[in-house]
Amino acid sequence: MEELSKHFLNNNRRHFLKKVGLGIGGLAAASLLDPFSSLGANSNLNPTGLNLPHFAPKAKRVIYLFQSGGPSQLDLFDYKPLLNKMRGQDLPDSVRKGQRLTGMTSGQESFPLVGSNFKFDQYGESRAWVSSIMPYTAKVVDELCFIKSMHTEAINHDPAITFFQTGSQQPGRPSIGSWMSYGLGSLNENLPTFSVLLSRGTGRPFSQPLYSRLWGNGFLSSLHQGVQFRSGKDPVLFLKDPDGMTRMQRREMLDHISELNQKQEAEFGDPEINSRIAQYEMAYRMQTSVPDTMNVEEEPEHIIQMYGVDAMIPGTYAANCLLARRMAERDVRFIQLYHMGWDQHFDLPSQIEKQAKDIDQATAALIMDLKQRGLLEDTLVVWGGEFGRTNYSQGTLTDTNYGRDHHPKCFTMFMAGGGVKPGFTYGETDDFGYNIAKDPMHVHDLQATIMHLMGVDHTKFTHKHQGRRFRLTDVSGHVVNDILS
Amino acid sequence: MAKGKKNSNRFILALYFLVPFIIVLLIKYSLSISDSSYQPIGDSSSTENSNSDSSDKIGNLPDTIDYIFDVKPILSDRCYLCHGPDEGTREAGLRFDTKEGAFKALASDLNKHAIVPGKPEESRLVYKITNEDLQQVMPPPSSNLTLSEYEKQVLIKWIEQGAEWKTHWSFIPPQKKAEPKIVNKDWATNSVDYFIAKRLEQESLNPSEEASKEQLIRRVYFDLTGLPPTIEDIDEFINDKDANAYEKVIDKLLASSAYGERMAAIWLDVSRYADTHGYQDDLERFMWPWRDWVISAFNRNISYDEFVKWQLAGDLLPNATPEQIVATAFNRNHKITQEGGVIDEEYRVEYVMDRANTTSKALMGLTMECARCHDHKYDPISQKEFYSFYAFFNKVGEKGRIDYGEIPEPNIKITKKEIEETLSFINLPDSIKEVKLMVMKDNAPDRKTYTLRRGQYDAPDEEVTLSTPKVILKYADSLPKNRLGLANWLFDKDNSLTARVAVNRMWQDIFGVGIVSTSEDFGNQGALPTHPELLDWLAVTFREEGWDMKKMYKRLVMSSTYKQTSKISPKLLELDPDNILLARYSRSKLTAEMIRDNALAASGLLVNKIGGPSVKPYQPPGLWAETTGGGGGSTAKYIPDTGEGLYRRSLYTFWKRTVPPPTMMTFDAPTRDFCEVKRQKTSTPLQALVMLNDPQLIEAAEHLAKNVLEDSTISRDEQVKLIFRKITSRFPTEEELNGLVQYVETVENDFETNAEGVVKTKSTSKTEYAYTLLSSLIFNLDEAIIKG
Repeated sequence: MEELSKHFLNNNRRHFLKKVGLGIGGLAAASLLDPFSSLGANSNLNPTGLNLPHFAPKAKRVIYLFQSGGPSQLDLFDYKPLLNKMRGQDLPDSVRKGQRLTGMTSGQESFPLVGSNFKFDQYGESRAWVSSIMPYTAKVVDELCFIKSMHTEAINHDPAITFFQTGSQQPGRPSIGSWMSYGLGSLNENLPTFSVLLSRGTGRPFSQPLYSRLWGNGFLSSLHQGVQFRSGKDPVLFLKDPDGMTRMQRREMLDHISELNQKQEAEFGDPEINSRIAQYEMAYRMQTSVPDTMNVEEEPEHIIQMYGVDAMIPGTYAANCLLARRMAERDVRFIQLYHMGWDQHFDLPSQIEKQAKDIDQATAALIMDLKQRGLLEDTLVVWGGEFGRTNYSQGTLTDTNYGRDHHPKCFTMFMAGGGVKPGFTYGETDDFGYNIAKDPMHVHDLQATIMHLMGVDHTKFTHKHQGRRFRLTDVSGHVVNDILS
Repeated sequence: MAKGKKNSNRFILALYFLVPFIIVLLIKYSLSISDSSYQPIGDSSSTENSNSDSSDKIGNLPDTIDYIFDVKPILSDRCYLCHGPDEGTREAGLRFDTKEGAFKALASDLNKHAIVPGKPEESRLVYKITNEDLQQVMPPPSSNLTLSEYEKQVLIKWIEQGAEWKTHWSFIPPQKKAEPKIVNKDWATNSVDYFIAKRLEQESLNPSEEASKEQLIRRVYFDLTGLPPTIEDIDEFINDKDANAYEKVIDKLLASSAYGERMAAIWLDVSRYADTHGYQDDLERFMWPWRDWVISAFNRNISYDEFVKWQLAGDLLPNATPEQIVATAFNRNHKITQEGGVIDEEYRVEYVMDRANTTSKALMGLTMECARCHDHKYDPISQKEFYSFYAFFNKVGEKGRIDYGEIPEPNIKITKKEIEETLSFINLPDSIKEVKLMVMKDNAPDRKTYTLRRGQYDAPDEEVTLSTPKVILKYADSLPKNRLGLANWLFDKDNSLTARVAVNRMWQDIFGVGIVSTSEDFGNQGALPTHPELLDWLAVTFREEGWDMKKMYKRLVMSSTYKQTSKISPKLLELDPDNILLARYSRSKLTAEMIRDNALAASGLLVNKIGGPSVKPYQPPGLWAETTGGGGGSTAKYIPDTGEGLYRRSLYTFWKRTVPPPTMMTFDAPTRDFCEVKRQKTSTPLQALVMLNDPQLIEAAEHLAKNVLEDSTISRDEQVKLIFRKITSRFPTEEELNGLVQYVETVENDFETNAEGVVKTKSTSKTEYAYTLLSSLIFNLDEAIIKG
């Protein structure tokens, strides 16, 4: 230590400060101009020096329609007639190959195979298979890029959904939207860069919870936290002024605050004070821009009809899809929806029919609405859950009823818009719908591909925390070039 | 060295630098022709991958290159990944983390060496880092790591100067050196100041003048109690002309129960304390009796070694008292799942990991978790050593998955009787008869520990026995192989980390940033201490004084360094924007807890009551309900308290991990998912919205307005002054006062003339209304949420 100390004394201050310094001052000064994006790379001052994007992006923004609970691919998109033929027969060990099961079915004496109760047909020029409970989606398949070969490592909800959102099964890492906010910054300084909308499904309304860490900033600055937009009078927490306060009064108060803060700045010389003044101005602007965004009343009747009547009921998936389009129009960078209720362990046929009805029309409408406005070109829409469901029944299999447990080894997602092939299907599962037969796509591959479409090389976009460089895709992930348009 | 030789060396060096430079320029030029709008792919994406700084010119190289200060940070950050402690991924058998490895002959060619002291031209390292061939250059392009020109020069000059090698500073036990000699002795109050002044004098800088008394008392109140001073406190201090007036304040604060609450609030982050289990349905748990113990332990000033030993191994002490067993709940604060279907062992392993990680990060300042899947990439900790450390925490007979409503084993039952007899610090309400508290107990003594391949619960590899990383200190044979042995090992005087990590965090509590700014990482990738001899002096002194925390905190706040004003002169802002040299006091944002507590205290709403079950103040409706899966029981829907539960200090706010208190999150509180030793300090628009519109703050403003108006004998000016002082702890200037009075009048006028738009809330009179807005305005001033 003596030598270390001596060395400090022997070196000039500039050198010393640079090496030991934290850069707080630099960041503080930088957060003046653009509060939400100031720590993102696109801000003028670019204090993090990320130099993003790495290359020309195909998508400027993302709408991620997260289907929480694990939608059954076998009852929606992944048509497996063999399972109907073999209904009731046991899942052969040669197919299961020792895959670990959740504690919910690992004790089951048998694993009776079950095909979908719903009728499947092929649609569009792309001849994509869709089940009868997704009629609207069936009409837009030529816009969609299906991935039939998704797979994950987690077999339970909490770790699986955390894995999808943060690249790690255990809590603590930043959400994908936070990464994008950090890396690419804001496109609209009056709205949060990473916005979150929640809805509860009717299929199994109370089954799996959500956790605010799913849109958390982890070890990134809390500037990159996902901001929840809620139905009701306070769409963003504490947005609304106290009852009875006029905008003029708010403005007047802010002017006084600003004036007094400037005096403090003059006295103390702390650049952080200027940053605070800027944050208050941004808050003031948000008080107008957020309600403007939320005001679906101004949408014409034919648009409402397109999304379905639910679109006028705040807090529904349909309403959130419409809001997502309004946010995309306003250049919100990352729009994250969560729709709960896809966890059909039992009574799957009746539950999933309702659940599909929640989302079918509005999802299709969102895609076509974006398209007719020219927004689909540079907006990436992602649809999918945290894992799939088993090809065998959980609980008793009857002529009309069955359930399905979690299945991590294969499931279906789809994407549309910004840079992915329309009317395309990637990957295949085997005839049992249990294993991937062709072109597997891991969660980290999906994350890498989304980032690629946003112009980001997932291997290069890192953040150093506690001595280690972290990335969304941890140490793996490959861009799946085959799905890129 | 002969002049000619030196010149020829210089020529070679110049070539080393110029060639890659020219190539880069050429590449840039060619790319700029094809596509100028985007960065070339080959360009380094993140400056974090290289500390390159165009302002670092050759001329700025230090005269003497120091291994620890200049060289090792580069080797660690850019080379260790493939040439470091991790044997599994080491390339070419070459390692730079040990002296032997760095200097030995290359496996590929025994005639060559990576480093030849004094001879950069013969050193393969220099050949590699300056190579323009993308197949040859180090670090390789595939690593996404690069060396800046400056960094290359540092390595070359270090070799040229003889490549002197030293052990990493934090692995050498601290030595206490005499205070340095300084010129400005009059300025110094205690030893701390000598170390600070020495460095300032070296830079020809002067310390700043002392802060005003108003500023000082507010600062020290927040630092030691987390609460603002009352007007009476301020006046008493201002009027006390005694030389030791300030010391009297400090002694009073250290003796107050609020001290324990303030320190506990910090320790709750470290301990990842929460009121729920943290996964999926996130059910309620009852760990608050342990939180009450923490408050009491700080207030009784239990020495740091006992404070830690009891928490780590209280149950293993001879004739362990109930209190010592309660303390071990520390290591049961980790998350626990009840999600149906999870594999028990997978989660049990996570809990053991969490205990090992928390212990190493909180007490040793090491990121040991990096060695979970492989040998540590940067620090000399092997995977085997990690699991040997993990083994200390792997004897608990516990489940990975618990049932709904189950209180996880092992636990103890605490009854009213026990509280009366031995556990009087637990504040059990009359309505509760008994409470069960999770504690540590090695009731699975035969469980063996294995290294886990890739850190996977189902991939045991090699059996290990309990031990600690040998690079820090050998685990003596005389120590028992259990957590008590570990606790004793931590407090061995030759343990180089424990005391340093502790005093560094205490420094961080008081000065905002640690002497080692990375208080979570004292390893190779961590920051270097800004004042190494001071850190060591404090560390050794702390130990010599019997790990007396109050004494240490008192020393810090008594120092002249602490008492400086926080005004930043333009000169200081330019020379030392981050205030590393401490030529002033650093202004910093109040913590989430302090911001709310300040409003409650200033308005008179604060209910000062210690401990007990966590409380539920106002929270926007629906936050829990809209995310619940329905299985959370008491955590499915947030039902705010009525009465005093709304006005308790914020450290008592109920902490649901999957949906933490929203305003706390907005103000940078951690999620409590795992151990955190440092909070972020951000400034965001969402914070402004909380301050402007949170009903808790509006209510506080209303209450404050009413309180002040109750005394009708004082003038308007005095009333406005009073509100201002209660919130900011200082008198407004005349100009400020005039502006605020004018504001009040404007609002009153609005209220009368525009009663349509301005809806009357609970306040009825125009003055109450105006004073409410005035109070809200002042709550929103920068200085109201700042410790300056």
